[in-house]
Amino acid sequence: MKPSERTLPVLLVLLIAALGFAAMPFTDWLTLSAAGLAMGMMLFLMVAGLTLIFGLMDVLNFAHGAFITFGAFAAGTVFARFPQLVASDRWEENLLILALAALAAALLSGALGFGFERVAIGRVYGAHLRQILLTTGALIVAEQLAIVIWGPDAIPVLKPAGLRGSFLIAGAAIEKYRVVAALFGLFVFLLLQGILAHTRIGIIVRAGVENREMVEALGYRIRPLFAGVFVAGAALAGVGGAMWATYAATVTASLGSDLTVLIFIVVIIGGLGSVGGSFLGALLVGLVTNYVGFLAPKLALLSNILLMAAILLWRPRGLLAAGGR
Amino acid sequence: MTEQPLLVLKGVHTHIGRYHILQGVDLEVYAQRVSVLLGRNGAGKTTTLRTILGLWHASAGEISFDQHRLNTLDPPAIARLGIAYVPENMGIFSGLSVRENLLLGTGPKGFRNSRLEEVLASFPLLREKWNLPAGTLSGGQKQILAIARAMMLPRRLFVVDEPTKGLAPAMVDVLLDAFLRLKEGGATILLVEQNFAMAATLGDDAAVMEDGRIVHVSSMAALAQDEALQTRLLGLSLASHQ
Repeated sequence: MKPSERTLPVLLVLLIAALGFAAMPFTDWLTLSAAGLAMGMMLFLMVAGLTLIFGLMDVLNFAHGAFITFGAFAAGTVFARFPQLVASDRWEENLLILALAALAAALLSGALGFGFERVAIGRVYGAHLRQILLTTGALIVAEQLAIVIWGPDAIPVLKPAGLRGSFLIAGAAIEKYRVVAALFGLFVFLLLQGILAHTRIGIIVRAGVENREMVEALGYRIRPLFAGVFVAGAALAGVGGAMWATYAATVTASLGSDLTVLIFIVVIIGGLGSVGGSFLGALLVGLVTNYVGFLAPKLALLSNILLMAAILLWRPRGLLAAGGR
Repeated sequence: MTEQPLLVLKGVHTHIGRYHILQGVDLEVYAQRVSVLLGRNGAGKTTTLRTILGLWHASAGEISFDQHRLNTLDPPAIARLGIAYVPENMGIFSGLSVRENLLLGTGPKGFRNSRLEEVLASFPLLREKWNLPAGTLSGGQKQILAIARAMMLPRRLFVVDEPTKGLAPAMVDVLLDAFLRLKEGGATILLVEQNFAMAATLGDDAAVMEDGRIVHVSSMAALAQDEALQTRLLGLSLASHQ
């Protein structure tokens, strides 16, 4: 891919932000942009693993939403277990409980991902129809399991006290939690990019996304690598679910399935197998959702589908498709 | 020839889907020699190489490499025996830099300076392109990168599929020099090559395939001298190539 081909999608994100700027008052634009960035970063956390899983092993995992759901419930459980930390007015205790919630989400979803890859996914490599049937069924089972464990009703997820409320910047209200979510998502993106660009394992993963067969012919075993990526992807989805539930202040068993269409839109827009593409795709979806929700609420539900269609007309393989995909 | 062959294929059959491609291939490759596999398009040359590498499964027959039975091993295990593969499409990772492509050809400890310097001395253009994405290289430069990657570790066998396909004559000369240096260094090479002049220059032994079987085995020199045989087996002659 030529450098200019990488630059254009970045310019597209800036163009969307500029269009939003031109279409609404500055304070609204600032508030909505912050909301869009936070939403985009949380979506990125959820999809980063999914896109690598598809890129490496051609696995379509429709059960990815289950990791989001369980991560969200894990966070809700941790918040409920330590109400004094949630209610504390000390910011370090607030960040500690948020970190604990994210850790619990990562551990639970990562462990589920490990088991799911071992028991189910490993049996359906190379068979897309069976992958779709198996993983869609698994999502339904996971949703029912969440109902059995946490009940059918929505569980409130209280934000830590210090992260409630807003900053006022240039007259615009920016929610504190959104800033934290955006910064955390950006940190994870930079960490992932660093690992993929500068470590041997990251280079093998990138090579595997391009040409799995050649990587194996060079003496590297892809299967254990894939299992590792699957677990890491599930853990990240769990963290994304935890951040999302805290942002939405509630969690239900259907959270993962509700988000499944959205996360696949992000992966398709970004280009299958591309972490950088998913990052840009998530930002686009976050910004467009917020701008359109404000400017033309009736179009809000349709906006992401239209965005995906437009991107695919421009680049049929997505913004930054990896390798030969 | 009295020494034991390094690689032996005995009655190897390979099916791809419902197609029966290899129909009992018998082939021997001797250490420190260049064995050239020739044949018309569709004769089964690439399938033979891919079956040796474990990328296609042999449905019958035996493939042995220095006491190891390759049929039972997967591609990573076969590669770790010291078999380097340069496929027809070169297998270059376009999104990775030249450095990263070469790094994938090394062992767990990464670059060994002496080896790296040796390879870069053989292919100076790789030093110039060191941090560029491999996708920006020309076809010939990619082929050089693929061969350099295969040379990043000491190898017991190089399996190379049509390295000169689609390359400009100047680049063919560069590759020929590289293979001649490998040969002088005592490398064992199994080469599929459509460019008969290059095959004749490099090859010690020749095997010709037709319809999924080896139909002729001789020294390369003998085949290169027999125009009638070349025409009968390959549909062309060395003279027509020059």
